[in-house]
Amino acid sequence: MAEQRVVLTFHRWQLDKPVTYHLVKDYDLVLNILQAKVTTEEGKLVLGLSGLEQNVEKGIEWLKEQQVIVEPLATGLSVNKDSCVDCGACTAVCPTGALSFSDDWTLGYDEEKCILCLACETACPVRAIEEKF
Amino acid sequence: MKSYEEINEKIRSGKAVVLTAEEVVALGREKGVKHVAETVDVVTTGTFGPMCSSGAFLNFGHSDPPIKMQKVWLNDVPVFAGLAAVDAYVGATELSENVGFDYGGGHVIEDLIAGKPVVLRAISYGTDCYPRREIETEITLADLNQAYLFNPRNAYQNYNIAVNSCARTLNTYMGILLPNMGNATYSTSGELSPLLNDPHYRTIGIGTRIFMGGTEGYVAWEGTQHNPMQARGDNGEPLAPSGTLALIGDMKKMSTRYIRGSYYYKYGISLFVGVGIPIPILDEEMARCVCIGNEDIYATALDYSVENRAKPNFGRFSYKELRGGSITINGKSIPTAPLSSLKRAREIADLLKTWVKDEKFTLTAPVKPLPTDHGFKPLNIVPPTGAMV
Ligand code: SF4
Ligand code: SF4
Repeated sequence: MAEQRVVLTFHRWQLDKPVTYHLVKDYDLVLNILQAKVTTEEGKLVLGLSGLEQNVEKGIEWLKEQQVIVEPLATGLSVNKDSCVDCGACTAVCPTGALSFSDDWTLGYDEEKCILCLACETACPVRAIEEKF
Repeated sequence: MKSYEEINEKIRSGKAVVLTAEEVVALGREKGVKHVAETVDVVTTGTFGPMCSSGAFLNFGHSDPPIKMQKVWLNDVPVFAGLAAVDAYVGATELSENVGFDYGGGHVIEDLIAGKPVVLRAISYGTDCYPRREIETEITLADLNQAYLFNPRNAYQNYNIAVNSCARTLNTYMGILLPNMGNATYSTSGELSPLLNDPHYRTIGIGTRIFMGGTEGYVAWEGTQHNPMQARGDNGEPLAPSGTLALIGDMKKMSTRYIRGSYYYKYGISLFVGVGIPIPILDEEMARCVCIGNEDIYATALDYSVENRAKPNFGRFSYKELRGGSITINGKSIPTAPLSSLKRAREIADLLKTWVKDEKFTLTAPVKPLPTDHGFKPLNIVPPTGAMV
């Protein structure tokens, strides 16, 4: 089944919980860690979850019981269409083809293909690309 | 044979046939060069890419009491003030002394054009006629007496294809080059590019009126590094960077749609400049030149991982291949990516087409042609002979 992408937010006092271990072991899920960010205040983890549909649901239920905030990852990036000049510098570094040109050379972004590596954010000369979370 | 006067007469009476450089390639393919020479009057070109050798002359006016500005900053970006008391030149690549790579001369120019207030700070040693020693104030573009872009080198006639054969990522003015030839970048608009439509500079010369940054501008001189003697193909098109133009235009009438500050990761600041040049189809030879399409314009792939000035090359590739998304080097398929915006280059060529057709943007014969007989000299490192005083 398709991978479900979620953003997990942990409070500072939850940071030492081995959540990924439980998701793998108790719910038989395959985890794809797309991004992890930890500050002194909180931690954010972007995960791709795959496995049996009911197990994914149960795993998410379990996370909520642990008071982890679980939100679906709507879009990974936002490309600001007003500042983007359709130059293509970002397409040079995108490893998955998530950023590519349409027939009329307008930049397009396909979030399904995006793995949130953020190489494009670095490459964009006018800072049109931002991470959404 | 058509003269400039005949073409301009047609423009004034609304009868001129104007096509963009892409449209004329298609027409040439279908009906032939002779037909193009007979039916088309003007071809419009366009390019929108990062051009580091850009900048703006500004005159601030005099404060009370006045100051002979010796060192000047705009939004903490140093600007050149070794001119008269309140004249300055903002160079596009200059970095902010405060935030470094996050802001620079290109952004000052963009912010001024956007109408945003900019902080002006200057110091001086003070003279009898200019007693003030420091000043801090805020200016906008509208406050300035003169503000014009004077770009020493724009509109490069062709450029390199950049690849990187080494094992580490390179951060360059050609964008981020992935290791082991992971990508190839290029930066011209190919068949739409101004000087590739007039490869021998027959109609583009000193005094030519052009589209620059959203308003009219002019070719002021040959650009720096102008290299007309670059190797060329049988069709006359250079196979590597060749001619360049120095351009001038009124910043007060420009738009941030066509002038944008830019930053290339760990390389520095540059300026996107939108340029479009109308080409008169004087005769069959000009028609032949504008009909040369992407499949017949080649650029040379250079290895940017070699630090020497002379970089090994991996052969030539047409803009058709580059636009197609990949080139093959040593049996390996390498994805290609542009750095200059084809979409906005098209928009510029289209806009210039409407200017010529509907707003009677007439054409100018060069006051003086660009030189065709000199090369591009390197800088040699020699022991100083003590000529400095
Ligand atoms: S984050 Fe990575 S995968 Fe996603 S669009 Fe940017 S470069 Fe491509
Ligand atoms: S690099 Fe930035 S400006 Fe250029 S196409 Fe990508 S998002 Fe747009």
